[in-house]
Amino acid sequence: MKAIDERPVGIADNPRPGRFKKHHMEDFAGRSYTTICAILLIVIILSIVYFVASKGLATFFKDGVSFSEFLFGSKWDPDGNHGEPQFGVMPFIFGSFATSILAAVIASPLSICASLFMTEIVPGWGKKLLQPVIELLAGIPSVVYGFVGLTVIVPALRDMFPGQGIGIAAGSIVLSVMILPTITSIGTDALSSLPRGLKESSYALGATRWQTIYRVILPTVLPSILTGVVLGMARAFGEALAVQMVIGNAPHIPRSLFESASTLTSVITLDMGNTVMGTAHSNALWSMALALMFMTFIFVVIVRLLERRNRI
Amino acid sequence: MKAKAADKIATAIIVVFSLFIVAVLLGLLGFILYRGLSHISWHFLTSVPQTIREGGGIGPQLFNSLFLLVLTLIITIPLGLGAGIYMAEYAKPGKITGAIRLVVEVLSSFPSIVVGLFGLLLIVNTFGFGFSLFSGALVLTIFNLPLMVRITEQAFRSVPKEQKEAGLALGLSKWKIITSVLFPVALPSIVTGTVLAAGRVFGEAAALLFTAGMSTPRLDFTNWNPLSPTSPINPFRPAETLAVHIWKINSEGIAPDAAEIAAGASAVLVILVLVFNLFARWFGNLLYKIMTASKRMG
Amino acid sequence: MQQSSTTFRTENLSVFYGAYEAVKNISLTFPDKSVTALIGPSGCGKSTFLRSLNRMNDEISQAVIKGKIWIGGEDINDPSTDVIQLRQKIGMVWQKPNPFYKSIYENIAFGPKYHGVKNKKELDQIVESSLRKAALWDEVKDRLKQSALSLSGGQQQRLCIARALSVNPGILLLDEPASALDPVSTSKVEELIVELKKELSIVIVTHNMQQAARISDYTAYFYLGTLMEHNDTEVIFTNPANAMTQEYISGRFG
Repeated sequence: MKAIDERPVGIADNPRPGRFKKHHMEDFAGRSYTTICAILLIVIILSIVYFVASKGLATFFKDGVSFSEFLFGSKWDPDGNHGEPQFGVMPFIFGSFATSILAAVIASPLSICASLFMTEIVPGWGKKLLQPVIELLAGIPSVVYGFVGLTVIVPALRDMFPGQGIGIAAGSIVLSVMILPTITSIGTDALSSLPRGLKESSYALGATRWQTIYRVILPTVLPSILTGVVLGMARAFGEALAVQMVIGNAPHIPRSLFESASTLTSVITLDMGNTVMGTAHSNALWSMALALMFMTFIFVVIVRLLERRNRI
Repeated sequence: MKAKAADKIATAIIVVFSLFIVAVLLGLLGFILYRGLSHISWHFLTSVPQTIREGGGIGPQLFNSLFLLVLTLIITIPLGLGAGIYMAEYAKPGKITGAIRLVVEVLSSFPSIVVGLFGLLLIVNTFGFGFSLFSGALVLTIFNLPLMVRITEQAFRSVPKEQKEAGLALGLSKWKIITSVLFPVALPSIVTGTVLAAGRVFGEAAALLFTAGMSTPRLDFTNWNPLSPTSPINPFRPAETLAVHIWKINSEGIAPDAAEIAAGASAVLVILVLVFNLFARWFGNLLYKIMTASKRMG
Repeated sequence: MQQSSTTFRTENLSVFYGAYEAVKNISLTFPDKSVTALIGPSGCGKSTFLRSLNRMNDEISQAVIKGKIWIGGEDINDPSTDVIQLRQKIGMVWQKPNPFYKSIYENIAFGPKYHGVKNKKELDQIVESSLRKAALWDEVKDRLKQSALSLSGGQQQRLCIARALSVNPGILLLDEPASALDPVSTSKVEELIVELKKELSIVIVTHNMQQAARISDYTAYFYLGTLMEHNDTEVIFTNPANAMTQEYISGRFG
């Protein structure tokens, strides 16, 4: 190495002369490539929203179905098999909400227990045991859940309760297993990121473990657990095939949990292949997809609000 | 002592519920494998399905699933890496970054059936790709992209920032640092995440019903001309995947052994997802050793 | 104070993080072939100052830098400066050793390769000479293909110094390079610094007064972002002009 005064550290002496230096070209190419990829994401979502909305709104603007008739009507007869075509999707909205809320009701206590088991009760081997279990449950494809629901849960419900076994109960049970991993992993993350001092100060006051969990830990992680529950419900709301396989697909509001019903997704799944693009029936299915999309936005907004609360 | 009794009961409930979850998984896996394994044979894995007779197989469906997965990854990986690197290394905190983050979040919560419908409208009809592997791959890309972006962003963010500083101080360009210093360290997590995501893609059916289609033409496995309609590697032919096949035979299968075929196909699907899981972990660790000449820490 | 030349100096340099002024209007000259130590209590702005000398603060988006930094006749804060080329000429080593997750050989060869050295023989030579200068060659010459992370902390730090030397810088910035090391490694790094100043100008941030006294030719005392005193190390440690400097170096606060 030459000494500094022999080789001044002037910054203009460029070893590779030329207007475009290699490192500038590289940086430009890299930045452009990654930026284009990021912009593509925005283009994708905007085009999904645009195309689904433009198709979905045709029901109201082109086919002249009124908004309230669509949302609150309880008769679904889009091809007019019994007189005038009817486009009431209330039964499906009801089915979607009923299955996803019930699924969350079943899965939440199980998930919270699993999270507590992994973080508070037996943090060592509890995690080693349950973590892979949760990951595997998350990995099983939804059609397999549907298949097992159809061959195990539906016959079991048929034996235990009046009816065919298909219906909202069967759908909720299948969905609850599917959303269990979502709620559990978010709950576990929240629990394991709690500061140690929080628990220790409670134990120091002579509280039992359950008192500590109930009075100190759960209230602290409640927003995170609710986030998990909402994300789980979002997944349940949007799940199509597993539910469609076990719910029975009757187009009306059921009188019991064990009677055939439908959800927004199950109707789209079944009918889309049998309709011609552009007909009123097809447009009504797109309107249901628009409703699903709208619910997705609602779920995302709720999650964002919960996360904001969690940060404070 | 009331508090002590409550503590014991609560602990018991937590333990019982947790073990119940373990039992559910074991029951699920046990049921699928018990019902399915007996039906799996070389014949089952390689022969074509039968509509009304017994003895149908899942050969074309299995091939379609694997081929579609490869196509999807070829499209997803470069896009997901690019957008993920942008989020981790280029995006400055601000409105645009916030918007992209929201987009990723919304996109990952979209119901797959809605993404499938979008594919039907735009890719299948408007762009005219028809029910085809290519349409299916594009839709699965949309379905998979948010996950890829998150995996990449997290992998890059978890590389210690001192690595980047060391590169900067040597006078390396930012892109060179990203590709040659950060990427090798991030790669194992990216690979693990990608393979796990691939398992998800493998089992996806709802988005494919109206894009890749619900039927497969009669394939001639000796025909490797990618433009021939009977060639298995023609990306512009319709293709029913394994997951779609399971759904179809459960809802409208009329072959006398439909239940057995569904069980066998489910078992194959679950086994493959399990293999993906194990492979992801093993390969991730192996890569880490190769890329960084050291053992994985933490 | 003697100044052998004025190749490297700052002129009214200030660094802001938002409204907070971390470095206040500092003019300081770093003479050639000598070691300048920056001392002062934690949070006095000496590390921020050091990081602005190779524009590492560019990476912190909310940092705003005012003033000039002269190398030769050029102001490196000028927008037309090619930062990437600039950094090649200013080596930097941090408190925590940060070798690349690569082999020992690759750690050293990586920079020169990028800057255009393609010949394998030439690269081998650079690796050997850089490691020799960092007094690490004898310890690692038989295991160059092994991971740099397999080295001890002290060895890793000397590897980082060797890596900084591999691209032939004229200036070396050291940010508490020995504070995470054991006493034996520390003394090795100190010997190394004394050896290296024969060829480079070195700026070192340190919390260790004895270290500053042992290895530096000039010492600058920082307090709350201000340069309180700057002089020959001997003068600072024996007869400081400022009472606060006196208190700090004798360990009464900081």
